[in-house]
Amino acid sequence: MGCLESLPYEVLLSKISFKEARVFLSKYPEKYDVQPGYRMFDISIIGVPPIRVAVDGESLLFPFTKPCHGTFLIRVPEAAEEIAKLRARK
Amino acid sequence: MTSSFIPLDFHTYCISMPDESIRRVALLVMGCPKVPVQTSLVLYLASRMKKAGIRTIIAGTPSARQLIRVADPDGHYIMEMKDLDATVAALADGELTVTDSYVFVHNDAGISYAASMLSLTNRPVTAILFGEEAVQMAHEITFPCTVIVEPATHNPMQLKRKIEEAAPWDV
Repeated sequence: MGCLESLPYEVLLSKISFKEARVFLSKYPEKYDVQPGYRMFDISIIGVPPIRVAVDGESLLFPFTKPCHGTFLIRVPEAAEEIAKLRARK
Repeated sequence: MTSSFIPLDFHTYCISMPDESIRRVALLVMGCPKVPVQTSLVLYLASRMKKAGIRTIIAGTPSARQLIRVADPDGHYIMEMKDLDATVAALADGELTVTDSYVFVHNDAGISYAASMLSLTNRPVTAILFGEEAVQMAHEITFPCTVIVEPATHNPMQLKRKIEEAAPWDV
């Protein structure tokens, strides 16, 4: 099981609701819906399904929920491998 | 306010498994432990489940688990505790199977966990909403689950009464 802290992530939005995360990611042309438990960077994604994730160049944007701090919108750069995995799901 | 949306397969499951108390595995999912009633209600629910012979797993953050461990050092009321992230991963990987989940919710993150448990287990979920925003939070639940709501923060008695009315250990 992975840890977010091991990634070079950037917080785009903090302490938002899962709805706000979904709305924010809708503006990206390349986006995918995944189910809870979907593994990215060895992290299981949590949320109200479908959970939206978006591709921005080589970066992957996705919501990350912490029990005490709500949902954050995270950007992880150089995510080519995970992006390829998402594209292969189609 | 107590409302119920019981998935159809819940009844099918109850009818088809007469030795349910032996086979049941209940998952109690704790949220952030900052609202005091959560710890005592998790201990209470775990105790009732344990007495009913149901294998009961408590999943939570390290702080939430430490509150339980300190309150019940000899394990009189609890059976098993697991890390929340590890539990989600185990459910996603099919390494853990549960028959029903009880998710303690007092914020938006709790709703995300309740929805995730429903998706990951495909089994009945009960969302137990508490804290000052409990009623507002209830309106955010758009997926099928049993909802128990009481805006309790310090005094657990009203919420305990509602859990007793639902009596999930008797299902």
